[in-house]
Amino acid sequence: MNQAELIPNLFRTEYRKISAVLCKLFGIEHIEVAEDIVSETFLAATETWGHKGLPENPTAWLYTVAKNKAKNYLRHQNIFDKKVKQHLGVPDIAEPEVDLSEKNIEDSQLAMIFAICQPSIPAEAQIGLALRILCGFGIEEIATAFLTSKETINKRLFRAKEKLREENVKIEFPGKHEIPNRLDTVLTTLYLLFNEGYYSLSQDTALRKDLCLEAMRLTHLLAENELTKSPSVYALLALMCFQASRFDARQNENGETILYQDQDARLWDMDFINKGIQFLMEASQGNELSKYQLEAGIAFCHTQQADTKEKWNNILQLYNQLLMLQYSPMAALNRTYALYKVFGKEVARAEAEQLNLEGNLLYHSLLGELYRGHDNEKAIEHFQKVIALSKSPATRAVHENKIEGIRESSV
Amino acid sequence: MKDFTLLFRIDHNPTANLSPAQMQEVLQKWMNWMGGIAAQNKLVEKGNRLGLENAKIVKANKEVIDGPYTEIKEFVSGYLIVKANTVDEAVEIAKGCPILSFGGNVEVREITNPVLNN
Repeated sequence: MNQAELIPNLFRTEYRKISAVLCKLFGIEHIEVAEDIVSETFLAATETWGHKGLPENPTAWLYTVAKNKAKNYLRHQNIFDKKVKQHLGVPDIAEPEVDLSEKNIEDSQLAMIFAICQPSIPAEAQIGLALRILCGFGIEEIATAFLTSKETINKRLFRAKEKLREENVKIEFPGKHEIPNRLDTVLTTLYLLFNEGYYSLSQDTALRKDLCLEAMRLTHLLAENELTKSPSVYALLALMCFQASRFDARQNENGETILYQDQDARLWDMDFINKGIQFLMEASQGNELSKYQLEAGIAFCHTQQADTKEKWNNILQLYNQLLMLQYSPMAALNRTYALYKVFGKEVARAEAEQLNLEGNLLYHSLLGELYRGHDNEKAIEHFQKVIALSKSPATRAVHENKIEGIRESSV
Repeated sequence: MKDFTLLFRIDHNPTANLSPAQMQEVLQKWMNWMGGIAAQNKLVEKGNRLGLENAKIVKANKEVIDGPYTEIKEFVSGYLIVKANTVDEAVEIAKGCPILSFGGNVEVREITNPVLNN
C-alpha cells in the first residue's frame, strides 16, 4: 500500500478504535468532547505529517497525541471537580488512564455497539451513529450512503445523542442476563446497516461495499467475544457472507442491476461462500432456531444457481418456517415466488391474490410475472403499477422492457 | 379482525403406516398450508399436534377413561388459531387443511372474550 492509500485507511481504522475508547471513557454525557478530541488528533496528524512526513510508527503517534489531549481535558475537569469537591470535603479520584490496549479497544467497541443500538432511537439514527463512531465514516460519506444531506445527518446524530443522554445510557457491556435481549436490537441494526450497503440506490459502489464490510466486521466482533457469540450471531454472519459473495456480480459496467438468475456465477466470491458455510455450521449447533438461521439457510440455497425444483422446495419450506416465526411482506413475496417455482403459476397466483399487498412495488412485479402468459392485460397493468411506484430508473427500464416483450409476443 | 380456533378431528392416524419419505410429504403439505396462512399475516398461533398416547377423558362423575375418544369415534388431533374478518373467511382458510384429504374434518370456532360477554 502506498502512502496515498495508507493514510485514509489508517485514519479510518484508528479513528474508530480511538473513538470507541474515548467515548466509553467520557460517557454519553461528554461524548461530543470525546469526538472533538479524536477529530483534533487526526487534524493534527494531517497537518504535522503533511509538513514533516509520516512518523516511524503512525499508529503510536496517533495514540500518544489522543492520550495526551484526553488526559489534559480530564485534568482540567479534575481540577474543577477537585475545587468543588474540596468545598464538599470529598476525596478526589486518581487520574484516569487512557487505555489503548487491544483488549480495551475491543471491549470499548462492543460496549459502544450495545450503547448505540437502543430500541428507543430510530433505526436510521442507530446506523448513523454506528457509522460515525464505530466505523469512522465522515458525515459526507454517511450522507452519500443515505442519499441525503450533511445537515440531515448532523441533525439525526445530534438528536440521537440527546436521546441517549436523556435515557442516561451507560456505555458499558450489558449484564449476562440482558445480553440475549439486547443482542436482538444489535443484530437488527447490523443487518439494516448491511442492507443499506447491499440495496442502496447510491451510485457509489465502493462506499456501499464498505457499508457491507463494516456491518460484517462489527458482527464478527460479536462472534469472537465469549459473552456475545451465539447461534444467531453466527447465522447473521453466514447470511451476510452469502449475500456479499454476489456483490461483484450484481452490477454491470453501466451500474445497472443484474438480477440473480442473470448473474454470472463465476463472479460470485467463493471465499465468502465458504466462510458463510462455516458460520452456518457454527450456527446450527444448539437448539436455537431464530429467523437468522432460516434466512441464512435460504441464502445458502441461493448459492446454488441451478434452477431445480428441489432447491426451490427447500427454499419454500424455509420460508414457511420463517413466516410462521415472524411475518414480513418480503418473506411473503419471496415465499410466493418459491411456490411458483415448485407448483407453477396457477397455484402461486391463487395464493398471491390473498397476500393483500397492493401498493407494494415488488408485489406488483411478482403478480405481473404470474399473470404473464395467462392474462397479459393484467400482467401489463401490474407492470405499469411498478413503473408508477418506482423511483429507480433501472427498475422502470426493466419493467418497460417486460411490457414491450409482452406486446411483441402477442403480435 | 377476530381470532378463530381451528380444531382438527379424525378417526384414525393417517401417518401410521407411511414411509419416512411419505411422512415428509405429509409434513410439507401441512407446512405449506400453515405457511400460506402466515404469508397472509393471518396466523395468530401455530398451535400444536395432540398426541394419542397419554390421552385421558375425565367425565362429569370424575370417572377417568382412556381417551382420546368421547362418544363418537373421533379425536382431536391438533389445532391452530387464525385471524379473519368473518367466520366465512376463516372457513375458507380451513378448506385448505390437509386433514380433509385424509377423511378428517375441521371445526371453526370464534374465540370469544369472557369479560365482554356480560
